[in-house]
Amino acid sequence: MGSNSSSVNNIPNAQELMQETGFSAAHILRLHERFEFLDKDKRGQLSPQDFGALPELALNPIGDRIIGAFFSPGQETVDFASFVRILAHFRPTETNRTRDGAQQEPVNSKTRKLKFAFQLYDQDRDGKISRAELLQVLRAMLGIQVTEEQLQSIAERAIQEADLDKDDAISFDEFRKSLEKVDIDHKMSIRFLR
Amino acid sequence: MAALWTLSLLLSACLFWPACLALTPPAELPQPHNLPPLLGINSSDGSLSVDLPIALRVFSVDYHHVQAPFEIVLWIMLASLAKLGFHWSGRVPAVVPESCLLIMVGLLVGGVIYGVRHSAPPTLSADAFFLFLLPPIVLDAGYFLPGRLFFENLGTILWYAVLGTLWNVLGIGLSLYGVCLLAQSSLGDISLLHCLLFGSLIAAVDPVAVLSVFQEMHVNEQLHILVFGESLLNDAVTVVLYKLFESFLRLPSVSGLDVLLGGCRVVVVGLGGLFVGLFFGLVAALTSRFTSRAQVIAPLFVFLYSYLSYLTSEMLHLSGIMAIVTCAVTMKQYVEANVSERSNTSIQYFLKMWSSVSETLIFIFLGVSTIQDVHMWSWPFVCSTLLLCLVWRATGVLLLTAVVNKLRRNAVTFRDQFIIAYGGLRGAICFSLVFLIDDFPKKRLFITTTIVVILFTVFVQGMTIKPLVELLDVKRKKRALPTVSEEIHSRLIDHLLAGIEDVVGYWGQHYWKDKFEQFNRKYLRRFLIREDHQAASSILRVYQELERREQRGDEEAPALVDPRSHSRPLLPEEMDSIRRILSRNLQNFNNKQTQAYSRHTLHQDATMDRTRKPLYRHQSLAERYTYNTITHWPQGEDGEFNGSRRVRAGLSRSHTVCSLSPRPVLQDSSVPAASAQTGQVDPKSSASREDQISPQHQAPVERAPKKQISFVLENEKQQ
Repeated sequence: MGSNSSSVNNIPNAQELMQETGFSAAHILRLHERFEFLDKDKRGQLSPQDFGALPELALNPIGDRIIGAFFSPGQETVDFASFVRILAHFRPTETNRTRDGAQQEPVNSKTRKLKFAFQLYDQDRDGKISRAELLQVLRAMLGIQVTEEQLQSIAERAIQEADLDKDDAISFDEFRKSLEKVDIDHKMSIRFLR
Repeated sequence: MAALWTLSLLLSACLFWPACLALTPPAELPQPHNLPPLLGINSSDGSLSVDLPIALRVFSVDYHHVQAPFEIVLWIMLASLAKLGFHWSGRVPAVVPESCLLIMVGLLVGGVIYGVRHSAPPTLSADAFFLFLLPPIVLDAGYFLPGRLFFENLGTILWYAVLGTLWNVLGIGLSLYGVCLLAQSSLGDISLLHCLLFGSLIAAVDPVAVLSVFQEMHVNEQLHILVFGESLLNDAVTVVLYKLFESFLRLPSVSGLDVLLGGCRVVVVGLGGLFVGLFFGLVAALTSRFTSRAQVIAPLFVFLYSYLSYLTSEMLHLSGIMAIVTCAVTMKQYVEANVSERSNTSIQYFLKMWSSVSETLIFIFLGVSTIQDVHMWSWPFVCSTLLLCLVWRATGVLLLTAVVNKLRRNAVTFRDQFIIAYGGLRGAICFSLVFLIDDFPKKRLFITTTIVVILFTVFVQGMTIKPLVELLDVKRKKRALPTVSEEIHSRLIDHLLAGIEDVVGYWGQHYWKDKFEQFNRKYLRRFLIREDHQAASSILRVYQELERREQRGDEEAPALVDPRSHSRPLLPEEMDSIRRILSRNLQNFNNKQTQAYSRHTLHQDATMDRTRKPLYRHQSLAERYTYNTITHWPQGEDGEFNGSRRVRAGLSRSHTVCSLSPRPVLQDSSVPAASAQTGQVDPKSSASREDQISPQHQAPVERAPKKQISFVLENEKQQ
C-alpha cells in the first residue's frame, strides 16, 4: 500500500490539518488516497454523487443525512480539508492529550461527536430536534415492520423521556443527557490505522 | 377439526411405515439376520425358502429385487410425513422444537422395530452420515449465508470457533480424566488420551442442531451469524483434534513434536479446505457461464461441484465442511448472475428440499439409534460429562467475549452471551464420531454418554432456551431500563458509524473488502460472468433495493396522526411493545432487512402481492424518481425518460455508471440548500440516471425484481 509517489508534502495545508485535527501524517496520506479514490472526476472536490457511488452508503437508512453532513449549508462540493475535518470527529479520544496551545476543544471530543450526531437529526439547524425530524429518522431506520401509529407512539415516548423543559422538542443538552449512560467515546470512534 | 383429522391420518400413516420396516428383513445390519419368513411378504433371504407350487405364478412379490431403494424411500417417506404432521399440529411447534419431535418419532420407530424384531434397528452408519446426509445441510447453509454480515464478524467468529473449541476440548478432556481418576473403581481404565478424544468429539457445537433450534427463536442477525458461523468453522478444529488424538492413541508414545505437528495440522486442514472450496467454486462459476444453451442442467453443476469439493477435501483429509461452505459462498454471486431465473429458483428450492430431508433423516436416525443393545451406563461419567459441557462452555464464552468486546464496536451483550453459551447444542456429528472410535473396553460407555448429551442438549436446552431468554429480557428490563431515546440514538450512531466507515474505506474490514471488490470487478466478474449479464448485476442490486424502498414508502399508511398521542402518557403494555419493536427492528446494523436464516422457507415476503406491485409501477417509477429524489427536476426529463426506456437496447455503459446516489425519499422539509445543490447537477446526472433505469427494463425481462437481496421470485405475469 505504501504509495511512494505522493508524500504528505504534496498535499496542500497538510501540516495545518494535522495540527488542527490531530491526525498523523500517515492518516492524512491515507485519507488523501481515499479522497482521490472517491473523486472520480479528479476535480479536487467531492460532490454528493461521489459519495453516492458507495453502494453500502446508499443502502444505509440515514445515508443521505450522512452525506449531507459533509457539506456545509449552501455548499455543493467539499474539498479535502473539510473532508478531513469532518472525519476528525471520529478519531478515538485520548485521555491525556498534550498539545501545545490547545485552547479550544479538540475536534474529537465527546461533545463534538455528540453535536455531529445531533445534527443528523436536526436538518434545519435550529438547535432542536422537533417531533417531525425525529419521526423522519425513525421512519428511515425502522423500516416497513412498524406501522405509523407505532412510530408516532415511539417518537412520543422518546420526546417525553428526554424533554425536560417541555418545549416538545429535544435540545442539544437534553440529547446529551439522554445519552449519558452510553460510552460515546468508544461507540463513535473509528480506529484509523496508527 | 379438519386439521385434527388430517393429523391423525398422517400419524397413523407414520406408524404404518415403521410397521412395514419392522416387518421387512433388515439389509444393512452388521449382524446376520435370523428372521422367520413373514406373513404376506415373500421371503427375500435366499437361504430361506417357502413352499410354492412349481407352476406358472399369476401374482408374485419379489421384495428382494427392490429391497435397498425401497427401504431408503420408506425411511425418507417416514421422515417427511413426520415433518408434515408436525407442522399441522398447531401449537406444538411453538413450544417444542422440530428436532425434538423428530427424535421422539425416531425413538418411537426404533422402539417399534425393536419390539417386533427383538434386535437392534438399523443404525446410522458414520459413512452414510458424513458422505450423504451432512453435505446437503452444509451446502444449504453456505449458499444462503449472509455474506457481508459473516465477513464483518469473521474475526469474532474465528475467535469463538478456534479458541473456544480448544478451550472446551482441553477443559472437558482434562476434567473428565480427573473424574475418572476419582472414580478409579469403575472408570479406572480410561486413559488420558481417551478422555481427550472424547472431549474433542463432545465439545463441538453442531450446526444442524443449532440451526433447527434457532428457527423458532427470533434472534437478531448478528447473534445468529455468530453462533452459526462458529458451529460451521469449528469443524476444522474438531476434526483435526479428533484425528490427532486418535492417531496418538495408536502411537506407542506421544512426543512434544507430535503435538506441535498436530497444531500445524489444524491450520493445514482449515486452509486446505478453504482452498479446495475456492477452486471448485471458481470452476463452477466458470462452467455456469456457458450454460445459456442448456439451461436445464445448470442447477446440476452447482450441486455437482459442491459435492465434488466436499469429497475431494474428505479424500485429502481436509475439512470438508469448510470446503463446501467456501465453494458455495464463492460461486453464488457468479452463478446467480449467469443462469436464468428459473434455474436460480430451482437451485434454491432443491437446496432447501435436500437439506430439509437430510436434517429430518438425521434426527430420526438419532432417535432410532438410541434403541440399542450397546449401552453401558455409569452415573458419575454421564453426569459429570453433562455438567462439564455446560460449565466449560459458559466460562469459555464469558472469557472470550470479555476480550473480544474491547475490539468490537457492537459489544456482545450479556443476553447474547447467554444465548451463545446455552445454544451450543450437540448433534449428529458427535454421534457419528463416537462410533468411529477404535474399539476399547469402555467404548459403549462413550456411546451412551454421547447419546445422553445429545438428547439432553437438544431436548432440555432446545426447549428451554426460549423461555429462559425471555426471562432474562424481563430481568434486564427490571434492572436497568435503557430508555427509548437511548436505544434510538444509539442505533442512529451505529448507522452513522457504518456510513462513515464506508466513506473512509475503513481498514480492518472495508479496506480489504474494497480491494477485493476492485479485483472482483476487474478480473473475476469479466472472466466468470456472461457478457450480457455483467453490467446488470450491481446496478440491478441497487435498483432493486430502491424498489424495495419505494415499496416501503407506498405501504406506510398515510400518516394517521393519532390526536391522542400528543398528550396521553403511554401504558406499560405499549411500552413493552415499543421496546420489542425497537429491539427487533433496530438491530439491522447494515440495513439489511433480512430475517435470520431460516431453514424451512425461502425468504418470501409476507404476501406475494408485494412482488407484483413493482411491475405495475415500472411505468410510474420514472415519475416517482423525479418526484421523490430531486425536488427540482426540469419537467422535460419525464418525456425523455419514457422514450429512452423503450428505445434503449442492451447495456452500453459499464456498471460503474451507477454514480448517482439513489435516494428515493428526501426529507419532506426539503432543505433549500440541498435542493439547490442537487438541482444544479441535474443535467449531468439525468443522462446517467437514464442509463441506470433503462437497462433494468430491458435486460432482465424475465427477471422479477428481488425483494430481499438474495432471492428472486418468479413472476409469471411479466412473461
